[in-house]
Amino acid sequence: MTDEIIIAGFGGQGVLSMGKILAYAALENDMEVTWMPSYGPEQRGGTANVTVILSDEAISSPVLDTYDTAVILNQQSLDKFESKVKPGGVLIYDPYGIHHAPTRTDIKVVPVEAMEATIETGQAKSYNMILLGALLKMRPDVPVEAVVRGLKKALPERHHHLIPANEAAIRKGMELVK
Amino acid sequence: MKDDIKLMKGNEAIAHAAIRYGADGYFGYPITPQSEVLETLEALMPWETTGMVVLQAESEVASINMVYGGAASGKAVMTSSSSPGVSLMQEGISYLAASELPALIVNVMRGGPGLGTIHPSQSDYFQATKGGGHGDYHLIVLAPSTVQEMADFVGLGFDLAFKYRTPAMILADGIVGQMMEKVVLPPQRPRRTDEEVRRQCPWAVNGREGGRKRNVVTSLELDSAMMEKNNERFQRTYREIEKNEVRYEAKYTEDADYLIVAFGSIARICLKAIEEARKEGIKIGLIRPITLWPFPYEAIREAARNVKGILCVEINAGQMIEDVRLAVSDSVPVTHFGRMGGIVPNPQEVLDSLRKDFINPNPQK
Repeated sequence: MTDEIIIAGFGGQGVLSMGKILAYAALENDMEVTWMPSYGPEQRGGTANVTVILSDEAISSPVLDTYDTAVILNQQSLDKFESKVKPGGVLIYDPYGIHHAPTRTDIKVVPVEAMEATIETGQAKSYNMILLGALLKMRPDVPVEAVVRGLKKALPERHHHLIPANEAAIRKGMELVK
Repeated sequence: MKDDIKLMKGNEAIAHAAIRYGADGYFGYPITPQSEVLETLEALMPWETTGMVVLQAESEVASINMVYGGAASGKAVMTSSSSPGVSLMQEGISYLAASELPALIVNVMRGGPGLGTIHPSQSDYFQATKGGGHGDYHLIVLAPSTVQEMADFVGLGFDLAFKYRTPAMILADGIVGQMMEKVVLPPQRPRRTDEEVRRQCPWAVNGREGGRKRNVVTSLELDSAMMEKNNERFQRTYREIEKNEVRYEAKYTEDADYLIVAFGSIARICLKAIEEARKEGIKIGLIRPITLWPFPYEAIREAARNVKGILCVEINAGQMIEDVRLAVSDSVPVTHFGRMGGIVPNPQEVLDSLRKDFINPNPQK
């Protein structure tokens, strides 16, 4: 099993940390993993993306031109990455703020109303975890239990009390996938 | 065992490995994409555990001269920076080489020239392997392609630097510095005691004991005849290093029709391209030089014997290709593919380039 994933959106939406939590979950699940960020001033706005590769085998290139799975959080990223999803792949996106929805028919397009769900619960910081839940539903690469263990490693101890809220957001995201 | 496997960035791995090696000091100045080296060292606070000194200097020039001072006293000291910062250090690096001082310098390359970009590049190959500073000298240059090698080459770099009394460089780039993957860190070693330092470095200036002869560490020699003798000694050391320390990795070379030569993180991108090509029956081999100096001329010559062409893939305008051409002379065509300014080639581009150069040079319209 190899899943080549791109997660892309605005800086500050939790793109890099979603990838990081997924990477730690893979580590917990004894898989091979690479996490390659678009590093730089994106953290203060602009688009940010991260390539995460999960595999049972050794991973060669951490940099890719096509992906099995895309998680897209804004229009710019959708414009950039829709064409880069391999035929038969999965494109998860949040329709919030999207003016031109994906048009491809040779991939599975999965809209997830994550922003709407976040507004409902009032927990803005769990936004990326809802999308991670949707990703795990579509691509059960790692069990949710491994993600929770991964959260413990990815988050500093002072934030560990937020892990149950994160787990709830992940499960909410899984439910949002129809 | 499982607990020993960590997930971290290459830059973080360098910091952890330096402490675990028992390094005595780190002097540096922040610059993207390697600031996590200094940041991680400051967070780990090794001065409270191993006694390692970590200092943010006022500039790269100050950093390298602090390294010179520490190295002259026999201490295992290092610095790290990225391309523009390493340019600032070149005078100090030449002085280290001329004074025959062991030290470790890490360059996590970014796109240049000038202040350039913060994104990955390999355009300091010439600077690292052909001098950089003035005078006839070489650095031992190690090119990591994984986070594991980022960790491992800290110890290797220090060991080689002390073995040959010459500075060593880890020439990494923004990809392997910024990416996270699994790594097993080396075990924690104690720092050498003063007694051990004296025994290992009888040349060091760390206080005369027992009325021993005065040690002088300098790169200055006004008597040209003596300076030529010094140079001859340096060159003898370089020949020794060339004989003993060439390192490279060869993959899929046995049955290859074409050869890719690539170092550092781009070698991994090439490996993906090679694996994709093999599915289509195109047999490409890979030579990844691990020591960029000394360069694996012989290994490339050997691997090139039965191939129809060599593609040199670098994240630059074509630098290592000159060494590859030296290795094979005119026996086989050698071409280059690279991107510049911080743009990283992807596996498909590598494959397209090899096809265009060697397999299908004149596609039928």
